[in-house]
Amino acid sequence: MDNSSQLAQYILSGLSNGAIYALIGFGFAIIHNATGIINFAQGEFVMLGGMLTIFFLVFLQLPIVPAIALAITLATVVGIAFERLAIRPLKNAKPLSLIIITIGASIFIRGAAMLIWGKDTHALPAFSGSAPLYIAGATILPQHLWIFGISVLIIILNRVFFNYTLTGKAMRACAYNSYAASLVGIDVKIMVLLSFIISAAIGSMAGIIIAPLTMTSYDVGIMLGLKGFIAVIIGGMSSGLGTVLGGLLLGLLESLGAGYISASYKDAIAFIILLLILFVRPEGLFKKKETQRV
Amino acid sequence: MFKNVWKIFFVLVIIMFMAGSVIAADPIKIGALFSVSGPAAFLGEPERNTAQMLVNEINKAGGIKGRQLELIVIDTQGDATKAVQGVNKLIKDDKVVAIIGPSTTGDSMAVIPIVEKAEIPLISCAAGIKITDPVKKWIFKTAQNDALAVARIFEYLKKQKINKIAILTVSDGFGSSGREQLVKQSKESGFEIISDETYGPKDTDMTAQLTKIRGGNAQAIICWGTNPGPATVARNIQQLGIKLPVFMSHGVSSKRFIELAGDAAEGIILPSGRVIVANQMSNKEPQKKVLLGYVSSYQKLYNVEGDHFGGHAWDAMMLLKGAIEKGGDNPAAIRDQLEKTKKFAGIGGTFSYSPQDHAGLTKDAFVLVQIKKQAWTLVK
Repeated sequence: MDNSSQLAQYILSGLSNGAIYALIGFGFAIIHNATGIINFAQGEFVMLGGMLTIFFLVFLQLPIVPAIALAITLATVVGIAFERLAIRPLKNAKPLSLIIITIGASIFIRGAAMLIWGKDTHALPAFSGSAPLYIAGATILPQHLWIFGISVLIIILNRVFFNYTLTGKAMRACAYNSYAASLVGIDVKIMVLLSFIISAAIGSMAGIIIAPLTMTSYDVGIMLGLKGFIAVIIGGMSSGLGTVLGGLLLGLLESLGAGYISASYKDAIAFIILLLILFVRPEGLFKKKETQRV
Repeated sequence: MFKNVWKIFFVLVIIMFMAGSVIAADPIKIGALFSVSGPAAFLGEPERNTAQMLVNEINKAGGIKGRQLELIVIDTQGDATKAVQGVNKLIKDDKVVAIIGPSTTGDSMAVIPIVEKAEIPLISCAAGIKITDPVKKWIFKTAQNDALAVARIFEYLKKQKINKIAILTVSDGFGSSGREQLVKQSKESGFEIISDETYGPKDTDMTAQLTKIRGGNAQAIICWGTNPGPATVARNIQQLGIKLPVFMSHGVSSKRFIELAGDAAEGIILPSGRVIVANQMSNKEPQKKVLLGYVSSYQKLYNVEGDHFGGHAWDAMMLLKGAIEKGGDNPAAIRDQLEKTKKFAGIGGTFSYSPQDHAGLTKDAFVLVQIKKQAWTLVK
């Protein structure tokens, strides 16, 4: 096995993990952009997506497509309940208090999942087989193509939604200045709720498409959530290309680091990147300096 | 008047109950420390179930010499602090005559000093070699040593004329103990370790490590970990199209591993207790009857197949039963009788304890099994 195909494999593995991180990162970005808070329960939506699909598929014996649809719906309902019960009642709370509440909610959701489904790890069957595909001496699974495909689709949909629809524009307006937005007749509460709905749906979708690869269990959300968070920090909290690049960069560095330095430092690499970005360029790598928010 | 009649009746009933408990002998109290919840629940849960099942069976059959057994189970949650609290409670409050468990090596090492000081016999269900090496007077164990599992794999590799290996171990207690043995024994038996990689217990992608291994010239891959990591490794090996023979540890010898790894599990070889291949054994082997009995009664009660791990508790409980039958309920006598146990055919193997050996098993305790068509096959 020569070095070039080894490098190709690291890059390909890195990119496919990176796409997962980016997808999870989106959820963070959308809620942050609508409310200014960082929802640390985002990882739990990822877990819920995977676990609910397995629950419907294996325990209720539903076919895969309805199982996925039901799982996304139910995870979204959890997102709505979370916003209505834990975020909205706290009027005028500081973002920091809300962030702490999201951490509490994540612990609660994780605990409930553990009680309901137990501590076992579960595997979801791959959507289209598990025969590896060969690209430039490196291999990739059909499931990776699903991940790339769905990530691209979600990026495009996001772009269209936030730039070309009235609701999307209204959500962005709330992010810039919620008071001004309410003055021009935008219902800020609805927009916040909508951001939770979208990010719960995207998060659970991410959890479902990665479950055949990484398997899933009640506590899978912690690490995946953190990696998604790092991706979105690198990307400067954008709900577009920045987060995608952030995720891909994180995946690549992890994979190359594990390959050429040591696999023991894989997670350390991710967190060192997080710290560096927060210290040196807290606005993210790809974002132009903003001048509003006086 | 009627009120008085009732009063007298109640008093009589109470007296009868008290008298009853005086006439029947006290139950013999046995303590159990299992990690029923927490990260090592895959060990503690079948162990607790097995121990409880056996105690119920023994009691139903009239107990030991007419005395009932009482099992007091404490959940250590795989946490050494909780294990220490639990063992203190068992010894001081419950006054148990013997203890089985804990499930993990970490918990076992934490409770050993306390048990030794209190002079209560303990039969650990954990695999770590340091539990009984050096031999400690009051400590026995039933789980097969990692060293034996490694020896079994190396013996097979030698037969296949393979001497260059790649190892991939999980960075927790189980993995590092396995890695230690792999490195030590590979030196002793002339194997060359081409790559020595690790992964985190929560990692979900090991392609980087395996790509590195693929780049080397190893002839076989040995992975040491407990679920779900090895299942991911198996899937990644399949994804990378690596065609080398793959070996796993006894840590994954449960049906769960096959379920998780799916068809990526095909062809993987691992050392295991005989319990998962009980029906493929020859009738001459002394363990066969015991194994089949255990598997079927566990299945009847809990609707899942009894596994390797529950077997550790089966062995501990039955060894203890034998010792109590001969030695009575005195902790010191139980200990002496345990040490005299010879050729006890259990689930994990055939145990023979001696003053120099409190682990009791040889490498014959392990058989190699290969996964074929989602089922275990005995490698002959």
